[in-house]
Amino acid sequence: MSMTLDRPAAASLAPLLAVEGLRVQAGNNVAVADVSFSVAPGEILALVGESGSGKTATGRAILGLLPPGLERSAGRIRLGEEDLTAIPPARLRQLRGGAIGMVFQEPMVSLNPAMTIGKQLGEALALHSDLSAAELHAAKIAMLKRVQIPDPEGCLRAYPHEFSGGMRQRIMLAAVMLPKPRLLIADEPTTALDNLVQAEILDLMVELARDNGTAVLLVTHNLGLVARYADRALVMQQGRVVEEGPARRLLTAPREAYTRLLVEAMPQRSPRPPRPVGETLLEARGLVVDYPGRARLFRRAAAKRAVQGVDLAIARGETVALVGGSGSGKTTLGRAMLRLVQPSGGQLFFNGADITTRKDGPYREFRLACQIVFQDPYSSLDPRMRVGEIVAEPLRHEPGLSGAQRAARVAETFEAVGLPGMDQRLPHQLSGGQRQRVAIARAIVRRPALVVADEPVSALDMTVQKQILALIRQLQAERGFACLFISHDLGAVAEVADRVVVLQQGRIVEQGSRDAIFDTPQHPYTRALLDATPRID
Amino acid sequence: MRFRLNAVIGGLLMTLLLATALLSTVWTPFNPLGVALRARLQAPSALHWLGTDEVGRDVVSRLMAGAGTSCLVALLTVAVAVTLGTAIGLVAGFARGWTDRLLMLVNDALLAFPGILLALGLLAVLGASQWGIVAALGLAYAPTVARIVRGSVLSIREREFVEASRAIGNSELYTLWRHVLPGTASPLIVLATSMFGWAILAESALSFLGLGVPPPAPTWGNMLAAARPYLETATWLSLSPGACIALALLGVNMLGDALRDRLDPRGRPQ
Repeated sequence: MSMTLDRPAAASLAPLLAVEGLRVQAGNNVAVADVSFSVAPGEILALVGESGSGKTATGRAILGLLPPGLERSAGRIRLGEEDLTAIPPARLRQLRGGAIGMVFQEPMVSLNPAMTIGKQLGEALALHSDLSAAELHAAKIAMLKRVQIPDPEGCLRAYPHEFSGGMRQRIMLAAVMLPKPRLLIADEPTTALDNLVQAEILDLMVELARDNGTAVLLVTHNLGLVARYADRALVMQQGRVVEEGPARRLLTAPREAYTRLLVEAMPQRSPRPPRPVGETLLEARGLVVDYPGRARLFRRAAAKRAVQGVDLAIARGETVALVGGSGSGKTTLGRAMLRLVQPSGGQLFFNGADITTRKDGPYREFRLACQIVFQDPYSSLDPRMRVGEIVAEPLRHEPGLSGAQRAARVAETFEAVGLPGMDQRLPHQLSGGQRQRVAIARAIVRRPALVVADEPVSALDMTVQKQILALIRQLQAERGFACLFISHDLGAVAEVADRVVVLQQGRIVEQGSRDAIFDTPQHPYTRALLDATPRID
Repeated sequence: MRFRLNAVIGGLLMTLLLATALLSTVWTPFNPLGVALRARLQAPSALHWLGTDEVGRDVVSRLMAGAGTSCLVALLTVAVAVTLGTAIGLVAGFARGWTDRLLMLVNDALLAFPGILLALGLLAVLGASQWGIVAALGLAYAPTVARIVRGSVLSIREREFVEASRAIGNSELYTLWRHVLPGTASPLIVLATSMFGWAILAESALSFLGLGVPPPAPTWGNMLAAARPYLETATWLSLSPGACIALALLGVNMLGDALRDRLDPRGRPQ
């Protein structure tokens, strides 16, 4: 780990940013209630909370960039000597992108797809300085080198879509840091990225901030990031500040119940007795998956091989975790094991029967016995159906169930996932965690032998993640289904897995029992993944 | 409350329209086809509320009878276009590959052709009648529907709930019917309502050219066409069918908006 927790406190200096009694309202609903804090020059302050805590609204209020409907109704915000709530809009615009930089969550949408990188990089700097074209160019190149973009000259002429999410976030960072802002507001800057890339970007952000003496307001839901990067932290819940203090103290000795709850929600590895391994349920031998290349005008581009000959067996009742960064092929492998994606090579065996290409008999049995829970509970539920109908749908294929039996089974399943009596709701009337519970209910209602869980918690808040992981474990203990748990987050994996399989570029590079992988990783890629996992220690 | 207002006004106008159309089959103040040459081109009066036309027929009676014909033609046209277009769009969007390319090739060729011209050509073959209009306009509008449906299908089929439906063992056909088709409804309803308007207008244009519903049967379109020479001397002859067309379009569009809001569960109050 490159950073330590205790850096010299900068709080003795006069504050760079001082927020006093900030109040943000949406009509009569209070989104942020009387929040006060200050940031010293060069300090890194984390604003921590779950969705709905008001952390994003707070960050946006500083810049006067609240979304329509939200309004600052009280409070003062001072940057140095200036009162940001009293200055004319023209002056505020001057500060934005100049003295105050900002990085947003979605690297895909925060760069303009129709402008070259060079143009976008220059935008803020040209506005806030009077450099000549040649000086501007030199500054851009130097900055792109600094954020480790290969071929900076070429990059200036390229468009955003030519870069991956991680690269785009680097470019975004370069654009923001170019005018050397005094304050950087980073709102969940890496939530859409996998852990490996997340660590790279944040390390870089902190280095750049230190180079320029920039203070950082890091808005995040992830306590692991607070532990690694922040000097001080502010915990928010429902628009109020619950606790404030040095990051280390807050995480190791939280005073408030809510902070403790958040800290406890950090994934932990509890001892787990080795379980007797049952007979093999589903087995892949030399599995290969190709994605056809894009159709061009006269020919087809070369196929892309996402999974390159994987051997993987899952025993009855066992939880196998499939881990790897984005692009490692783990999601494709999971889909292929369920034959939702047709493998282009290799074989699949279910209960010993070859089901690689069959469409009847054992395949039908396999189809009904193996289920999936998707990552995004917002897109995996049909928005037009009541959740009761959604959960009842798999029972269409269960012969000999009467209407009453079916209703009883659905009610019992809702009970099991902790949503008793919610079956008449529509998906949009439920929270993210509740939706994921519905998705789990749909997967287990037919009492499956295997559930593939594809990043089932990565779209959820920390405390909700904890609950969903606990639910999966509990259901597994009660019902004994096997689970293929796909995740880039080793923290979650540590909580649920019996066995861990590490995938890199479509190949298995290491596999073993959970404790063996976590305690004595052999492959460098496994070690890199482990190092990049945010945690408190 | 906007959505209630749409529903109420749109509903009222459409109810009025349908009630009038139904009523005209059993009762009208005068015989809509009854010629009275001595009473021609009379201004609105207590006897003839909206006056009489160039051969002395009562305008109110003809408007009532015309409501039936115009609405029937427009409704059937929309029904034909939506059924045909949805079928093509669903198959093309869901099958993709060669099927999609072939269907869309034909579809785009049809789209590139002005709808009214296509209808004219078809009517020349089929002969001028209200069924000919329905067939011709239905066929002319179907490609637009197919485009819209295919677009929605392409985006919906990538959503995870469609994959989830496959994962629980549902057949492709069932998935298409239960999860994909309903998702195409909201853009389709908006399109269908404006198409109802186009159909009424296109029918009047075709009638004007002598290829619509043949006289003496009244439609709003051919009444408007027949009133054109008297625009200066008997303005009421043009105003009343024009106002009827405008009100019918307003009603159907407002109802369409209300329906769309209602059909999309995300717009529904909690």
